[in-house]
Amino acid sequence: MRYTLQSIWAYRYFIISSIKTEFKTKFARSKFGGLWMIFHPLAQVLIYALVLSAVLKAKLSGIDSQYAYAIYLMAGMVGWNLFIDISSRSLGVFIENGNLIQKMSFPKLTLPLIVIGSSLTNFFLLFLAMVVVFGFLGHYISFAILWIPILVLITITLATGVGLTLGILNVFIRDIGQIMTIIFQFWFWLTPIVYSKSMLPKEYQDLLYLNPMSGVVEGYHSILVYNKVPNLELLIYPSILAIFTFILALFLYQKSNREMADLL
Amino acid sequence: MSILEVKDVSKSFIDYSSEWKRILSWFGLSFEPKEEHKILNHINFSIKRGEAIGIVGQNGAGKSTLLKIVTQTLKPSKGSVNINGRVSAILELGMGFHPDLTGRQNVYHSSGLMGFTHSQIDAVIDEIEEFAEIGDYFDQPVRTYSSGMGMRVAFGVATAYRPDILIIDEALSVGDAYFQHKSFDRIRKFQEDGTSLLLVSHDRNAIQSICDRAILLEGGSVIKDGEPEEVMDFYNALIAQKENSKVEQKILDDGKVETISGTGEVTIKNIRLLNSKNKIVEYISVGEEVSLEILVKVNKNIDELVLGYMIKDRLGQAIFGTNTHHLKEEIKNIKSETNIEYKFTFNANVGVGSYSMAVAVHSGESHIIDNYEWRDNALIFNVANQDKDEFVGTSWIAPTLEYKII
Repeated sequence: MRYTLQSIWAYRYFIISSIKTEFKTKFARSKFGGLWMIFHPLAQVLIYALVLSAVLKAKLSGIDSQYAYAIYLMAGMVGWNLFIDISSRSLGVFIENGNLIQKMSFPKLTLPLIVIGSSLTNFFLLFLAMVVVFGFLGHYISFAILWIPILVLITITLATGVGLTLGILNVFIRDIGQIMTIIFQFWFWLTPIVYSKSMLPKEYQDLLYLNPMSGVVEGYHSILVYNKVPNLELLIYPSILAIFTFILALFLYQKSNREMADLL
Repeated sequence: MSILEVKDVSKSFIDYSSEWKRILSWFGLSFEPKEEHKILNHINFSIKRGEAIGIVGQNGAGKSTLLKIVTQTLKPSKGSVNINGRVSAILELGMGFHPDLTGRQNVYHSSGLMGFTHSQIDAVIDEIEEFAEIGDYFDQPVRTYSSGMGMRVAFGVATAYRPDILIIDEALSVGDAYFQHKSFDRIRKFQEDGTSLLLVSHDRNAIQSICDRAILLEGGSVIKDGEPEEVMDFYNALIAQKENSKVEQKILDDGKVETISGTGEVTIKNIRLLNSKNKIVEYISVGEEVSLEILVKVNKNIDELVLGYMIKDRLGQAIFGTNTHHLKEEIKNIKSETNIEYKFTFNANVGVGSYSMAVAVHSGESHIIDNYEWRDNALIFNVANQDKDEFVGTSWIAPTLEYKII
């Protein structure tokens, strides 16, 4: 393990340069370049807001902005986007770089780190854009924002744990990648992003928390929509699951390391 | 001290009836593998500082797998690889290059992949640019490059710093002649400074001119490890080898190794080099008229017989070769138990030195189709300069001279 960390440290320049390259190439041949990374999720928010606001707006309690629903959507989306970005890209990261892994000798764990780095940069830009949009809508964020790093940490750990575990298995059983793209879609709708917990029938509300992302996304809501400290109790289960999947991913990585290049 | 040591390395790919069994096996459960594909069997060799080793073998012999194990992208199933120093491997030029980045940006990016820091590349970036010789293209996106240009930059990066071991997998067989020379020069320079080389190539000349030793892989095992010329002769014979054919090597008095291979429908009985007075000679003078006399015996009825010979220099490089197909003198439909005597007469317009003769009997244009018998180092002769003006080189190309003082 120590050796792994040392070799990753030696490749820090490669990680940074890869993240930069990813952004550079996004700008290279399109006029708006990296701005698309912000436009896409904002457009998604706009679509949901247009389609669903009439149905759902009235039921959102706790904020009295006429844009309440849009704000709620954006807050949840920014957290979910970070999660889905990291986990879905980790899922295919070894397969996509198969040729590189076979031809060059470098620590493979740098690849998910590049994913995390670029997703985090994305998140940061999207977050800034969101704060600006909030300003236009007359909604201002408070000191509760200081809790964001903790939520981000949980999100990253969980996303990496899930994404990497499945990403390693995906090398050996390619169906996993296909199944997961479907599961991720269900996962989105099973997370209170476009709706809130209180809109669900009472008997299903507790079931929602079986999904670790429910607590996390509600954390983003507390901070960004309600300007409150997140309910820490709701974060215990996601944190435990995050640490568990993360350790599982590292364990699988160590075990599969011998055979992975054979099957790429 | 050896800089690279490959100890009893075996590699097999394991198939399970279900991949879940493989995954469960990481958790300590054991399953019977469905199939085990053995790629490499008990490979042993080591490389000393500054030594150059060529690896040859037919497709599927395990060369690439061996290189991947040496560069540590694949892990051996058994055995170990010990490396004392920095390895630079060119298994594929341009790995990690991004088409939208410029040459310069790609240099920084791909060198990161080799473990270099930004500042280490800062120190050599000008040198790389100069080496690549692609002018303004260096600051253009790589997608606008010709494949040759991409290679120039890629080779420049891969060899920006002298490694302790340089591993090259046929990467240099492409590119224009000028750049090939340039890259070989750099490789030779590295070698002089102590870099060990591991080269995979099908190019006989490359192996013989660069390598001190060659290793022949066949079916995942080392079947020959020795002098490049001897190994290449054996390899050559192996390519032509068909069913029920044999390959035999014997050491001659002067330490050279004679390689005989073939299917045996026709055998070479006798090879003699004669001077103009019909006397057998071993020493001849530059430009002397000599005859190569070859006696063959046909053991089975055959449709066509072609006899060829090749003169090779001390390093095994071809000097001249031809055969009766090219001379339009094939003999058709020969009955069993026929003896044929061939006599080629020529002027030995070659430079001073020791030469060997390879002789082959086959059908068609080359020995690939039916190789009845092939003999490398079948005959050795020496050329001395007795009556010509002093000159250097492997050929005698006599000039006439005129000059004017203006």
